[in-house]
Amino acid sequence: MAKKKFDLIIRRAFLKGREVDVYVSKGVIAEIRDTQTEFDPEGAEVQDAFGLTMMPSMIDVHTHLREPGFEYKEDVESGLRAAAWGGFGAILCMANTNPVNDTAATTELMLEKARRHWPDGPRLVPIGALTKELKGEELAPMAELVRAGCGAFSNDGLPVKNTDLFRKAMEYASDWGKPVIDHCEDPFMAVGCGVNEGEVSDRLGLQGQPDMAEALQVSRDVLLAEYLDMHIHLAHISCRKSLDVIRQAKARGIRVTAETCPHYLILTEDYLEDPATQYSTLAKVNPPLRPEADRLAMIEALEDGTIDFLATDHAPHAAHEKEVEFDIAPCGISGLDTAFATTWGLVRDGVISEETFNRAWVTGPAETFELPCNRFEIGDPADFFLFDPEEEWEVCAATMQSKGKNTPLAGSVLKGRVKTHFLHGKKIV
Amino acid sequence: MKWLHKDLLDVSQLSRSEAMSLFDTAAHFQEINTRPVKKVPTLKGRSVVLFFAEPSTRTKTSFDVAAKRLSADSFSLAKSSSSLTKGETLKDTVLTLQAMAPDCIVMRHWCSGAAKFIADRLDCAVINAGDGRHAHPTQALLDGFTMFQEWGDLAGKTILILGDIKHSRVARSNVILLNKLGATVRMCAPRTLLPSTVRSWPVEVYSDLNEAVKGVNGIMCLRLQLERQKDGLLPDLREYACTYGLGPKHVELADKDVRIMHPGPMNRGVEINSELADCDRSLVLDQVANGVAMRMALLFLYMTRKGAEE
Repeated sequence: MAKKKFDLIIRRAFLKGREVDVYVSKGVIAEIRDTQTEFDPEGAEVQDAFGLTMMPSMIDVHTHLREPGFEYKEDVESGLRAAAWGGFGAILCMANTNPVNDTAATTELMLEKARRHWPDGPRLVPIGALTKELKGEELAPMAELVRAGCGAFSNDGLPVKNTDLFRKAMEYASDWGKPVIDHCEDPFMAVGCGVNEGEVSDRLGLQGQPDMAEALQVSRDVLLAEYLDMHIHLAHISCRKSLDVIRQAKARGIRVTAETCPHYLILTEDYLEDPATQYSTLAKVNPPLRPEADRLAMIEALEDGTIDFLATDHAPHAAHEKEVEFDIAPCGISGLDTAFATTWGLVRDGVISEETFNRAWVTGPAETFELPCNRFEIGDPADFFLFDPEEEWEVCAATMQSKGKNTPLAGSVLKGRVKTHFLHGKKIV
Repeated sequence: MKWLHKDLLDVSQLSRSEAMSLFDTAAHFQEINTRPVKKVPTLKGRSVVLFFAEPSTRTKTSFDVAAKRLSADSFSLAKSSSSLTKGETLKDTVLTLQAMAPDCIVMRHWCSGAAKFIADRLDCAVINAGDGRHAHPTQALLDGFTMFQEWGDLAGKTILILGDIKHSRVARSNVILLNKLGATVRMCAPRTLLPSTVRSWPVEVYSDLNEAVKGVNGIMCLRLQLERQKDGLLPDLREYACTYGLGPKHVELADKDVRIMHPGPMNRGVEINSELADCDRSLVLDQVANGVAMRMALLFLYMTRKGAEE
């Protein structure tokens, strides 16, 4: 019997436009060969991927897993399951749990839950609170949090109002080499929530949130990053005004990176006025969906690199929490299950290139957050999934792995489905 | 006449001819309100729930009187006496009400879109008695009816809406209806009390009241919520009253037969001079009286619509 040279061989997969066999050894990509008719598995596990496309595992730097404290919305296990089925090999989860992730104990609990439920599953990287209890009053113990396993810091939904304290938080975080992520929202101007301030909000009689609220905070952060000569990462950018500031900042060499979310690329505020979905809380998200001109600007910015990559801002909520009046519904869209299919749809439709897609979900977040990723080069981690580009599926409770079924895409049919997912050469889906 | 709409959420749902039909029907019911015995058996055996999750005097009473004059049974539920105060969701509250088989739920709620929210979940008719800042269709219809009775055709008439338009569901619904009826609508308020995109609305926008009132046929004052000052939208009430309060000098600049309206409740001395509120140009009490007739028309049409009979 021949000596086993490879652990896993994926046969006849489409990768970057050609049909290949991918050989995996000890969890890393060992060889990539054009598919050959003569084939000797040499004792390796073989998976025939005929008709399937191979994609490196994606990275989502912005999710809410809700555990501890809100396990009825989502928990680490269900969140990681949604990630695995959604094509994500690593996710960063925000700190707005209960208790807030501002102590090593909470970070360790999250990581222990991940290890227990998914020992070989998607990598979980907790994001520590920037300030204690997210109150914006005292710095969180960032050194302790880094030692426990946090990979970044953010107050996310409760951005630090006090600019001086935010500056100190950036400085303190930089000592530990971890990025600070800011939810850009001027807290005084952004009194409205869930809908863009404009014609739609005026017609619907809803308190809107102006795009200026975001752009002002983006401007603040850019100026701080320049002044301190430090990196800052801007979360879920949603509007054209912010892009103008980021574009100029990058041109001046300021160390700023930015993400946007799939929903800002595919939906607009018109969803909230359509007779079929008027006032739908499923599209209540913070920052809010913007007009079509902003959506188009986001796509352009993703293509030209002003937006470095994508993130889901996966925000699961229980059905009963969303089935209330618009004003009192929580903000958020459940995104892990649908992110791949919706954004791959943009590639299929020629809206963004495959290279942009790769940067958006793989290399961009990996570089910014210093995470390993698979570029399909020899020695890369064998983190990849296979998807059927032709399979259509309806977004509904039965097809979503997340506990959060709160998506404005509910009922719509998406094309492209993850069929199987490998991490370090081990099958997780 | 066959009425096909299940719910009344806003006047935008109604065509011009449907609005005119409502005026005709209201005019018919108006006569009942002048009889010594103000009651007809039209809706005998039918039931209406008046669910007011926000305080109301005139709208709630108006619907109650309208229902009783048509012999419907009306039941009142206020937020303070409902399970909403115990944390029950709006969905569960209205499904509970529906299980008691009413024919119509009239609801006022502080959230925009709340009427649509319950209409999507209920089989019975839903009439929006005001949802947040969004819409107040029955007020707009009674206002339109009052103007129609005063002038007939509204084409060629100019109506000024004065006051806190940004937060006003009355203004939003009136703009839509008055445009459908062919009137020209003007708005006047400080910029802080105008919707951010008012320039794209089908209205003429003024900041100077002296300019805004010139030649207008009707002036509709809106109530200023006194807490707006705390929200930073106004320096103080005195400045507001001096700058945007309707006074006799403004009326002199308007059409000689100008009519003054107010949906109430009024802050006398703030948005309207007290004597103007009571003068013979004022239609304020006509609006209240016509409100009963219009709500009789609405209850009648929505509770006997095609489908409700089956």
